[in-house]
Amino acid sequence: MIRFENVTKVYDANARPALDAVNLEIDRGEFTFLVGASGSGKSTFLRLILKEDRATSGSVYVAGQNVANIPSWRVPKLRRGIGVVFQDFRLLPQKNVFANVAFAMQVIGKSRSIIRETVPEVLKTVGLEGKERRMPHELSGGEQQRVAIARAVVNRPGILLADEPTGNLDPITSMGIMGVLDKINQNGTTVVMATHDDDIVNEMRKRVVELRNGVVVRDEARALYTSMIPVVGESRRMKDASDAEIDRAQGVQQ
Amino acid sequence: MRLAFILGEIGSGLRRNLSMVVSVVLVTFVSLTFVGAAGMLQMQINQMKGYWYDKVQVAIFLCNDTSAATGCASGKVTKEQQDNLAKMLDSPTVKQYITDYQFESQADAFKHFKEQFSNSPIVDSVTQDQLPSSFRINMKDPQKYQIISETFSSQPGVETVSDQRQVLERIFEWMNGASVAAMVIAGVMIFCAVLLITTTIRLSAFSRRRETGIMRLVGASKTVIQLPFILEGVIAAVVGAVLASGTLWLVAQFWLNGDLSRQFLNTPFISSTQVLVIAPVLIALGGGLAGISSLLTLRRYLKV
Repeated sequence: MIRFENVTKVYDANARPALDAVNLEIDRGEFTFLVGASGSGKSTFLRLILKEDRATSGSVYVAGQNVANIPSWRVPKLRRGIGVVFQDFRLLPQKNVFANVAFAMQVIGKSRSIIRETVPEVLKTVGLEGKERRMPHELSGGEQQRVAIARAVVNRPGILLADEPTGNLDPITSMGIMGVLDKINQNGTTVVMATHDDDIVNEMRKRVVELRNGVVVRDEARALYTSMIPVVGESRRMKDASDAEIDRAQGVQQ
Repeated sequence: MRLAFILGEIGSGLRRNLSMVVSVVLVTFVSLTFVGAAGMLQMQINQMKGYWYDKVQVAIFLCNDTSAATGCASGKVTKEQQDNLAKMLDSPTVKQYITDYQFESQADAFKHFKEQFSNSPIVDSVTQDQLPSSFRINMKDPQKYQIISETFSSQPGVETVSDQRQVLERIFEWMNGASVAAMVIAGVMIFCAVLLITTTIRLSAFSRRRETGIMRLVGASKTVIQLPFILEGVIAAVVGAVLASGTLWLVAQFWLNGDLSRQFLNTPFISSTQVLVIAPVLIALGGGLAGISSLLTLRRYLKV
């Protein structure tokens, strides 16, 4: 679904590259964590998938297409196939929950009847039934992020990119969000999530790609945030609490 | 759906930037009024040329009792001198240059004078004797005036030969100058309008960067993202152009064809319907300029 072939991205010729000869393949339907310190190249990785930036060398393939060969007028079509979620939610403050999600459909020309049909469905998927008329400032952070996720997936993209989606949320709320992302992944959407949140990574046991200074230093299936440290003590307690939250969140959605 | 969406975006953009939009409307209004005024002056010049050039003549003024010119030393023109001049006008050497001529007697001249200055008190102080009789000549080619002048000015009984075209030329030159001045002012104002539109669109794009950012991410096309901004500028400019056209129409309707045409009965003024020909030009000019300048601004300030 996403393939990086020897991709290097240099922003400043005098500094080290943001991505350095990265080779990576993410299959359809996979859930991948992208971990690493700030400045390790996670955001650059996501920007290259969206064709927000051009790779300095190497090729990026999204859904079998080399993004470098997509003419600028076709870029919107590429982006329709990719949903994006951010740490800061990026909701429109003067629109209510329904309108925020509907906005993503309106701007690509979906008909009113399809919007009226689809938006409540998606809001149900992210666990926001009955909150259509709320304004963003009336929602908790976790709920706002759910709105953002609903907006990202309402056009049924094949790929969902999440750039530290839980960065502003407490651990329990974060687990709820992860439950939503996991559910979306189980519906067949490829999810790539950049994160610092070790608890979440450890909890989910998904594929982990670790970047350090623009280089892939680790690529493990069903891995932990850091490969060596076992889950003990305080982390263990947190993990149990999050398990309960995940169960609760999934219970709500089902 | 998409149309309704774009219209909604335009509406919210215009509301949010109301003061800037009003200033764009006013600046385009003023600048296009000047453009239109220059256009109207040119139309007026053409109208007057068309009207007068058919009518203006070379006039050979004959001596009267009060003439001071050297050719008139012998006093008022005699019957023989007058017949002689008429014969010369009929001779083949002169005839090839003129289409026809009339003789205007002192009585005719007095009558025309009274008509022309009917509003002026000068009529009362002029008598028939003070006005010269004249031959009024219609030229085949008005440029050949010099030949007539050379042939006739030294003839006995001729006071002077005058080309009325020259008087008109001076008026037209003055009007041309005025229309050039209007164009220069219009140019400066249009420059202001373009800068203002640029700034307005930039502000508008900035105040809606959240929306446009999301639109890009969910894959809205360039048209859907940019069109509301461009149309915002175009609508403001077109409103200004419509105001300018309306103003010019009012000027033509109530000033040119009202007050002025009552004062200058012999002058053909352009009608207000003719002014409406300028309106589409102004609207296209305003809309086009706004469209191009907003498009260029968006290229720089709104990444798609």
